Amino acid sequence: MKRVYVNEKWCLGCHLCEYNCAFANSGKIDMALALKDKPIYPRIHIDGDEKVPFAISCRHCTDPICVKSCISGALKSKDGVITVDKERCVGCLTCILVCPYGALTEGNDGVATKCELCIENSCESPACAAGCPNGAIVYEER
Amino acid sequence: MSEYVIIGNGAAAAGCIEGIRSVDRKTPITVISKENRPAYCRPLISYYLEGKAVPERIGYREADFYQKNACNVLYGKSALSVDGEKKYVTLDSGETLPYTALCIAAGSSPIMLPIAGIEKVKKLFTFMTLDDATAIKEAVGKESRVLIIGAGLIGLKCAEGLCESVKSIAVCDLAARVLSSILDDECAALMQKKLEEHNASFMLGDTVEGFEENEALMRSGKKVGFDIVIMAAGVRPNTSAAKTAGAEVNRGIIVNDRMESTVRGIYAAGDCAEGMDISLGARRVLAILPNAYMQGYCAGVNMAGGEYVFDKGIPMNAIGFFGLHALSAGSYFTKEQGGEIYEERSEGKIRRLFTKDNRLCGFMFIGDTDKIGIYTSLIRDRVPLDTINFDLLKKSATFAAFSPEIRGKKFGGVV
Ligand SMILES: Cc1cc2nc3c(=O)[nH]c(=O)nc-3n(C[C@H](O)[C@H](O)[C@H](O)COP(=O)(O)OP(=O)(O)OC[C@H]3O[C@@H](n4cnc5c(N)ncnc54)[C@H](O)[C@@H]3O)c2cc1C
Repeated sequence: MKRVYVNEKWCLGCHLCEYNCAFANSGKIDMALALKDKPIYPRIHIDGDEKVPFAISCRHCTDPICVKSCISGALKSKDGVITVDKERCVGCLTCILVCPYGALTEGNDGVATKCELCIENSCESPACAAGCPNGAIVYEER
Repeated sequence: MSEYVIIGNGAAAAGCIEGIRSVDRKTPITVISKENRPAYCRPLISYYLEGKAVPERIGYREADFYQKNACNVLYGKSALSVDGEKKYVTLDSGETLPYTALCIAAGSSPIMLPIAGIEKVKKLFTFMTLDDATAIKEAVGKESRVLIIGAGLIGLKCAEGLCESVKSIAVCDLAARVLSSILDDECAALMQKKLEEHNASFMLGDTVEGFEENEALMRSGKKVGFDIVIMAAGVRPNTSAAKTAGAEVNRGIIVNDRMESTVRGIYAAGDCAEGMDISLGARRVLAILPNAYMQGYCAGVNMAGGEYVFDKGIPMNAIGFFGLHALSAGSYFTKEQGGEIYEERSEGKIRRLFTKDNRLCGFMFIGDTDKIGIYTSLIRDRVPLDTINFDLLKKSATFAAFSPEIRGKKFGGVV
């Protein structure tokens, strides 16, 4: 299965992936309208420091502890892709508590938000990888 | 015919079914379900009370779950006893069910305090099942004064679920703070304040000595008028069936890290089981849903002849009231016990890390959730703190605390 990987050697820490992700999942057609002067809720995040920055997002684990721990049945694994049913999620944040990769966050609606590989939105492939200016983020099979 | 039997039909049972089916697609599974419905997300009953969840949409699994997994569910039936030698279960209906492997996943029951005059209370409820929640929903109105006995997770979740729709909520607890088994004084006080801002009042270090029909006499001498009483004074693991089989029972049914009880062929999982808490280094009942599922899964694989060890059980609690979240995990050791505490705080935020013997053994965070799972995994994986940059992690959660090699393993391939 293809997943998003980040080559930390090439990551510039430019945060463009965060904007591309937030825009891709905003449901809006205009990036400025979607993001300008608003708090953004990306599903990929720059971690690390200035010297060694790197983007992190959901690993789509083969044995996902977030799914096993979900108290509402909102987190599911569909053909290996871990998704959140926002209608079902009650925002308890148990998934954030257990994810070893720090990959889930609380979204603007108070429910769990995570990378779903841009499958549910209108992008054809993950927007973070497609828009990475230095080719650090890739979407591939490993 | 060889057959699997599961007593109970909650998260642990669902885990057990999935565990069995990961190894054995065929052999029939019989599930004995005291509650007359498919497994549902028990923690959601407070959201149902609040109007944020509906019973039709709180199923723990899809509607075709039992059918797909070739399970025969006996709804509305209870297991009374187990013969561990001849390997059969006796139901309340008198039927007997033979098994080759049995999982007891019977959960826990609310403790009813034997308070003087309790029989005079007309509207007395517990808060454990969907039926309980429905009954409470029907019994309360805008003018109701609600008295909740117990300021643990269940009592407070019930308070949260009701506070917008009733006249008043009073919560009492013998402990001096709310959520006393999960949080310390200061963190508990923050959560209490949040509920107080929403119509709940607290009587801590106090309990009901006696009841009149609509009045409680408190130990402190106070009198509290009420229309409805909710008993949320803790739960007790359902161990009676296990005892009849001769399995060793402490507070819960004693299990090893394969979820085997002390009787061959009998496994136990979830709220009724007492397994290892690796953060404590001792067995304890871990009455949380993730644990129920994972123990159930482990039991299932082993029942079906597979090999599975669950040796990462720790307490993990995510509790939120009105947007304020308290996230905690593990165990806390005092200085005398060799423990150390690191603390960071800022406006509305508290981060406390508890270490012992070069390991993180617990944490308690209020108002800060960023990548908090890093800490949980340090506890679950028993990571020696001198192999990472723990000083960085004291301040904030970052993978910069790990070496590039470890990061490469975590993020560079399939995990
Ligand atoms: C209000 C509330 C809020 C909660 N919130 C959280 C939370 O936020 N996070 C969290 O992690 N946990 C939470 N919990 C705890 C969580 O619900 C439990 O840990 C979990 O449900 C345990 O699963 P289980 O399968 O072991 O038991 P249960 O879900 O209790 O299922 C056991 C089932 O077995 C049945 N049974 C009992 N005896 C028999 C018998 N002899 N024969 C047949 N059937 C029997 C019972 O009726 C029950 O239906 C909450 C619980 C409550 C009540």
